[in-house]
Order: sequence, then C-alpha cells, then structure tokens
Amino acid sequence: MTMQDTETKSAAAGAKAFPGSDSRRYNYFEPKGRKATHYEDVTVDVQPDPERYLLQNWIISFGDGTPTYSKDWTALACTDWHGFRAPDQEWERTHYQRQSTIVGMIQNVVENARRAGAPARFDKAWVTLLQNHVGAFKHAEYGLGTALMRAQRYGYTQMVNNAILTNASYKLRFAQDLTLYLAEIGSDIAGSNGGGFDLDAGKAHWLDDPIWQPCREAVEHIRAATDFLEQYFAVNLVFEPLVGELFRSGFVMQVAAAQNDFSTPSVISAAEADYERNLANAVELFALLLRDPAHGEANRAILQRWFAHHAGLAVKAALQLQPLWSLPRVKAASFVEAFDRARNRVAAIGREIGIDADLPALPPMEVGQPASAPAITDAAAE
Amino acid sequence: MPDGLTLNKITSQKGIGISEAARRVADLGWTPSYVKEAMAFPTDYKISKAPRDPMKQVLRSYFPMQEEKDNRVYGALDAALRGDMFRNVEPRWIEWMKLFLAIIPFPEISAARSMATLGQLAPGDDLRTGFTMQMIDEFRHSTIQMNLKKWYMENYIDPAGFDITEKAFGKCYATTIGRQFGEAFLTGDAITASNIYLQVVAETAFTNTLFVAMPSEAARNGDYALPTVFLSVQSDESRHIGNGHSMLMSVLKEPDNHLLLERDIRYSFWQNHMIVDAAIGTIIEYGTKHRDKNKESYAELWHRWIFEDYYRTYLLPLEKYGIKIHHDDVHEAFDSIVKKNYVHKIAQFFSAGWWANFWRIEAMTERDFEWFESKYPGWYDEFGVWWENYAKLSKPGSVPITFADTGYVYPHRCWSSLVPCVIREDFQVDEVDGELFTYASEVDRWTHKEAFAAEYQGRPTPAMGRFTGRRQWEEVYDGWDLADAIQDMGFVRPDGKTLIAQPHLSFEEKDMWTLDHVRGHTIRSPLLALRGMTPQQRQTHIDEYRKGFKIRRV
Ligand SMILES: [Fe+2]
Ligand SMILES: [Fe+2]
Repeated sequence: MTMQDTETKSAAAGAKAFPGSDSRRYNYFEPKGRKATHYEDVTVDVQPDPERYLLQNWIISFGDGTPTYSKDWTALACTDWHGFRAPDQEWERTHYQRQSTIVGMIQNVVENARRAGAPARFDKAWVTLLQNHVGAFKHAEYGLGTALMRAQRYGYTQMVNNAILTNASYKLRFAQDLTLYLAEIGSDIAGSNGGGFDLDAGKAHWLDDPIWQPCREAVEHIRAATDFLEQYFAVNLVFEPLVGELFRSGFVMQVAAAQNDFSTPSVISAAEADYERNLANAVELFALLLRDPAHGEANRAILQRWFAHHAGLAVKAALQLQPLWSLPRVKAASFVEAFDRARNRVAAIGREIGIDADLPALPPMEVGQPASAPAITDAAAE
Repeated sequence: MPDGLTLNKITSQKGIGISEAARRVADLGWTPSYVKEAMAFPTDYKISKAPRDPMKQVLRSYFPMQEEKDNRVYGALDAALRGDMFRNVEPRWIEWMKLFLAIIPFPEISAARSMATLGQLAPGDDLRTGFTMQMIDEFRHSTIQMNLKKWYMENYIDPAGFDITEKAFGKCYATTIGRQFGEAFLTGDAITASNIYLQVVAETAFTNTLFVAMPSEAARNGDYALPTVFLSVQSDESRHIGNGHSMLMSVLKEPDNHLLLERDIRYSFWQNHMIVDAAIGTIIEYGTKHRDKNKESYAELWHRWIFEDYYRTYLLPLEKYGIKIHHDDVHEAFDSIVKKNYVHKIAQFFSAGWWANFWRIEAMTERDFEWFESKYPGWYDEFGVWWENYAKLSKPGSVPITFADTGYVYPHRCWSSLVPCVIREDFQVDEVDGELFTYASEVDRWTHKEAFAAEYQGRPTPAMGRFTGRRQWEEVYDGWDLADAIQDMGFVRPDGKTLIAQPHLSFEEKDMWTLDHVRGHTIRSPLLALRGMTPQQRQTHIDEYRKGFKIRRV
C-alpha cells in the first residue's frame, strides 16, 4: 500500500481537498462579534423561524390556530428577535460547571460551620429571624423560579428562551439551597438552645405574617402575569433590585456577621452572583427592545406600564419588610439606607435600558417608623 | 483509634435524609391567594390529583452529578481525537449523522420547553424538581448535541452538510419528519403533547432505539464520540420516564380522561413508530459497514425493547386501570418492520431522492446484500436491483435515479406522520373539511381525521392540536427544476455549484455532481396531482399505487 492510498482512506479533516472540504464553521447565522462564540454555535437557530429557514412553516398548531411559536405571546415587538445574545453565554457545560461549583461551595461552608459548632453560637434573636424570615423569603425565590420556568416556553428564539431557562434553574436551585441550609443548621441549633428550630415557621410567615403579605402579593402578580416578558422583566428589573437584593444584600448579608453568623452570607452570596448574570442577560434583551428603530417607542410605553404596576407592588413589599431591620440584637444595617440603595439601583437599571425607573424617596412618615409588628412574627421565639 | 471510629465520623455532620430533603423542597410551593394564575396551556384533560415524585432528588445532588457526566463526555471526545478516530471512522456512518444531528437538538429543546407546561399543569409541587431537572437535562441534550455536530464538522473529512445544519433542518424534505416529532412535544393539548407523546411514548418506549441502539452501531463503525454523548444523554432518561409515569398515574385517576388517554396513546405510539423507526431503522441498517450476522437487526432490537420491554411491561398493565390499549397497532407496527419491509422501503426512498439531501448516501454492496438477505429473507428480490441501479447511476452525468426508468413510483406523503407512504398496500385517502389527503395507513388517517379534531367521539376537544403549515415538502417545490430547488434550499457547496449530497462516498472532485448534472428534471407533488384527478382517475391511481411496483434493472 502506498502512502497515497493510506491518505485517501482516512476520513479525517484535511485528508483530501475538494469543494467544501474546508467549510468548517456553522455558516447560517451572523455572529455577534468577529467570530461565532461556542455559545452561539450551540444555540442560534436551533429553534427555527418561518422568517428564516423554516420553509414549510410550523406544522402543528394549537386548537385555536396559534402556531408552535408565536410573536404574539408578548406585547413587546422586535425587528429581529435573533439579534439577542445572552451576555453570560451559557450552554449546558458552563451551566453545570457554575451550578455545581456553587453547590460545592455552599456545602463546604455549611460543613465547616457545623463542624466548628457555629450555628449553636448564632445570636438567639438572629436564629428566630433565620427561622421565620429567611425561611419565608425562600418561598419568594421559589415563586420567581416557577414563573420563569413557565416563561421559558414562549420566547421567539432559542437565545431568549435559554436565558430564561437558566434563570429559572438558578432561582429554583437557590430556593432549595436556602431550604436545605436552614434544615441543616436548624438541626444543630435544636440540640443546643433547646427551643428547637421550627422548619415550618418560614412557610407560615410567608402565608400569614403581615410583614410578608405584600411580598407574596408581588410574587403572585409575577406568577400570574400572562406575558412571559412581563414576567422576565418584573423578576429581574423590578422585584430583584427592590426586594430580592434589598433583603439578601441590604439586610441578611450585612447584619449576619454581627450576630455571629458567618455561613448564611455565603449561601446568600451565591444568589447575588446569580442575579448579576441574570440581570445582565435581561438588561441586554430589554435594551435591544428599546433600541429597536421600529418598535422601541411602543416597547418603552409597555415597559413603563409594567414598571409602574410591578414597582408599585415591589415598593409596597419592600416597605412592609422594614421591621425586620430592627429585629436583630445588633443593628448593623439601616433599612433607610438599604432602600435608598435599591431605589438607586432600579433607577440605574432603568437608565441602562432606557426607561424612567426613578422612584420617590421614602415618604418621611415611613422613615424610622416600624410597621406594626404582628404577633406571629416573634411567636416562634417565645 | 477505637474500632469503627474514623475521622470522618467524628467530623462529619449529620445531614438531613434525602426523603426529608425532597419533602422540604416540595413544601416550597403554595396556592396563590392574591391573584390566581391563569392556566396558560390548554388541555381537555382534568387533573385533580397531585403527581408524586418517585425519584426524591434535589438540585444540589443533581448538578455535581451532571457535571461529572459532562467531564466524562468531553474527556472522551478529546481522547477520540488523540486516538485519531477520524482516520478509521466509516464515512458511510458519519454522513447519516448530518441528518440525525440536524434533527435531534430541536426535539430535545422542545422537551425542555414542554416542562413549562407540566410544571404548571401538575397540581402540587412534589414533581416540580423532577420537571426542573428534566428541563435542564433537555437543555443539556440540545446543546451537547450541537457541540458534537460541530466537532464532527471540525474533524471529519467532509464538513459540507454539517456547516448548514440548522438551516438544513428548516428546509429538508426529511427533517420535516423530525419537526413533526419535536413540535408534537409542545403544541396542542398540553397533556397529549408533553405527557403522553413525549414522556409516556417517545421517552419510555423509543429512546432505547434512539440512544442505545444508535451508539452501538456507531461504535461498530469506529465512531466513539456518538456513544459517549448519547449514552450520557440516555442516562438522564430514566428520570424523565419516572416523571412521565407519575404524571400519567395522576391523569389516570380521573375516569373522564380515559377516552382521551386511549386516543393519545394510540396516536403517539403509532406516530413514534412511523417516525423513529423510519429514521433510526434506516440509519442503523443502512448507515453501517458492519455486517456481522450475529448482530441483532433493527427488527430484533425492536422486538426486545418496544415489544417486550415497553408493550408487555408498561402498556399492557395500563389496562387494569381501564385504559383501552390497541394491541393490534403494536403487532401491526412490528409486522411493518419484519414483514412489510418498512425500514428498507424508507431507505429506498431516501436514496431515491438523494439529490435533495444534505448528506451522502452510498450504494449498498454485495456484502450488505448478504447481511440483509440473512436477516430479512427475500430482501434481495425486492431491493437488490434497486441498489445495483443506484450504484450504476452514481456517476455524474447519469440520470438521477428518481427519473430513471426503474419502475419506482415516487411515494405519496402521509399527512399525519409526514413519512412517505411506502407500504403501498396500506395507502389511505380521505377527505377532511372538504379537502383530499393521503395517509400511510389507517391509523394515520384516523390520527388526522379523528384525533386531531375539535371533537372526539362526540366529546368536544377544543385543546387538541391541528395539523397546519405547508406540510408537504413536495407541494412547496411542485413544478420546480431540481437544480433550482436545491439552490433555493442552499444545499450547495461553497463553490456555488457542487451539490452537498452525493450518491457515493468519493472525495474526488471529478466524481461529484453539480447543479448542472441535475438540471432539467422537475419536482412534482403527488398529492396535488391526485387532487387534480377526476374521481375515476383517482380511484384507478389509488388501486395502482396499492399494487406497488417491481424494480427493473437499468
Ligand atoms: Fe432528551
Ligand atoms: Fe428526555
């Protein structure tokens, strides 16, 4: 056998030159940058579009005639839905790597804390707060996760839907992180302070404690929204900065250490990092929709309306949480400052996409005046 | 250290048990009281009983497990390159991956989308984690398959066809069958689509042929990459089958649902058979160079996995809940493979229209003939001459086999499954809403006319899906010249004239067909022709069609 023969038999790239033998890139879409990223290669055009390559159109419809995917599923319009790329560039491998790293980090933190007997040294008032209020908050995260899980069905491109899908995955993971974290430290606390850590208290507060009712109302409004982009918008551009971050960063992460709790902030910090990514994705999408030469103005009006609706609910939810800031024995953070930061954050996000998201400063009467603390709030501590 | 006392025991903390963890996580849900969520996904089913989670898993154990699986997959791909896999891989096999991998990422991501549906429809929150994992799994499957395809494109001798993959998916007469499969996961009645068609039938019955039989055949052809990826994909399926079964159990509880379940299991089983067996059967039997007679044929695999494992142990037991199972359909599906040569006729069809493909099909040879004859006695008599003709007509300048005087009758297409009506004696024609349609079999006719309708056996079914779009590829290009249609689809190599598809595996430029070689022939839609006939002409045509044909040597 000659060298030539062996060469010809090989089915490896470059074994032979012929028309198309060097066409080694997906060539049916326009990369965002100079060269397609791996994320683009595995994502773009997997969900087809009759306006691009779907020659025969969608071939099944719903009973009412709606096709498999429809632009009518959101009030927002876009000249080119395919223009969106998620800045976090997530595909399966990076998603599992990141989620898995977070899970591992949390497990290490919790194990180390428990091995050192840390939960037993948490301040007592703080333990009650973890039990009742961090316990309640996990349901908000879960509610947002389920809303996003539904929303990922409706986007017009794979890029939109996968960004919402990973957002749902992050939210649902975090809701579970909190749940299992509380259960685990709770079992240590039960042994040492005698009072017991009531794992059902969080849900009871979520359902009945007046402090949490406006928050639950805000989450339920997001869950019930029928426009999937209203859901995505309300989660990331309204609820998260005004309530989610306010509670996570503006409260728990700031005050925990002063109560001898060094592990809860680590668990919570994962959600803050998740949010940065999801926020970047959402901002990119809504900015694109507002820049749209044909539909930008109409989109702005809609987003402005959604903002008014959901920010109204979220502000109410935030204000009602105010008494929490006075519960810890060591007061390491101020609600007024935290809320102010949240207001600024929302306004900055609004500027980035191009809507007016300025909210009025706290009405003077609200400042420093705790909402009536209902009986149930501290019931479990007694 | 005393016996039994280890450092681990001293330092490790008692965690909460897995059942307790799953119970706590399921307790995250609540019934909204401020605003009720509108049911976004239509269904005619009633579901009142909350499905239970049999798997008891939580996300914190899921993510590391999946990451570990991924590490093995990507490690194996690297190893395959280091081991020079593409030096020895069979091009006959890799060419079919251009078709298979063009199709499969869309059904996968459709499955992810359909978890939105089940998450919302299922009462309670017990199974939410199961649906969440499935959603992320399917996102995994879709993007890991896109990655595999890219890897073939970068490393295989002929990347043409991989390079246009998602565009090809939207244009090709064969991928339209895969789109019927994927769209069926997420459009129409939510339970029909996401629970019955996807989980109870596609995943529970047919993923073994897709994701286990395919990898074995790949390995026999020197392709170690596909097994790595697809066995990893299949390892997620037991979870999905579990989800489907739990959901089905809660749907079953409502006697009112039984009629719809009978309808949907029937439609789903038959259509999965039509689509999956056509595609995977062909790839496994005709995409291989491996002709060991001890190897199980597709028919034998089917009997083991679909007939024994699925039909006997999964479908039959549903009868005790009062669900009517159509045994005759299962037998008929098996007969179509072993007695009516379904797979061979589909392979023949793919080769008849080779010029419209975006992958290459080479002729079967003497060695292939022998294997087919031993596994399917009588095969040579019916198909041998076809493939000999195909080999003869594989040189550029020959008449494309579709238009050669072989006696082959270009098939009608089934309006339900979109697979061509290749088992001629089973061909059906019927009218729906005053329009004439063609079907591959009686169950396909029933699927369109009775199942996909606003009413089923006197019961209103407003949520049921409808067949829409320009379903028949041949209709789109009716009256077009082959060369123009190929160019319109974009199935041309970067030189602007050489076809991506070739009826052989030669990599010599001189052997390759160009647009000029196929110009001068016209595509015709058999359905439009049929509709244009007088009733008498039509009856004659149908009778003739059902008689079939005998291939002549050219
Ligand atoms: Fe899958
Ligand atoms: Fe699956």
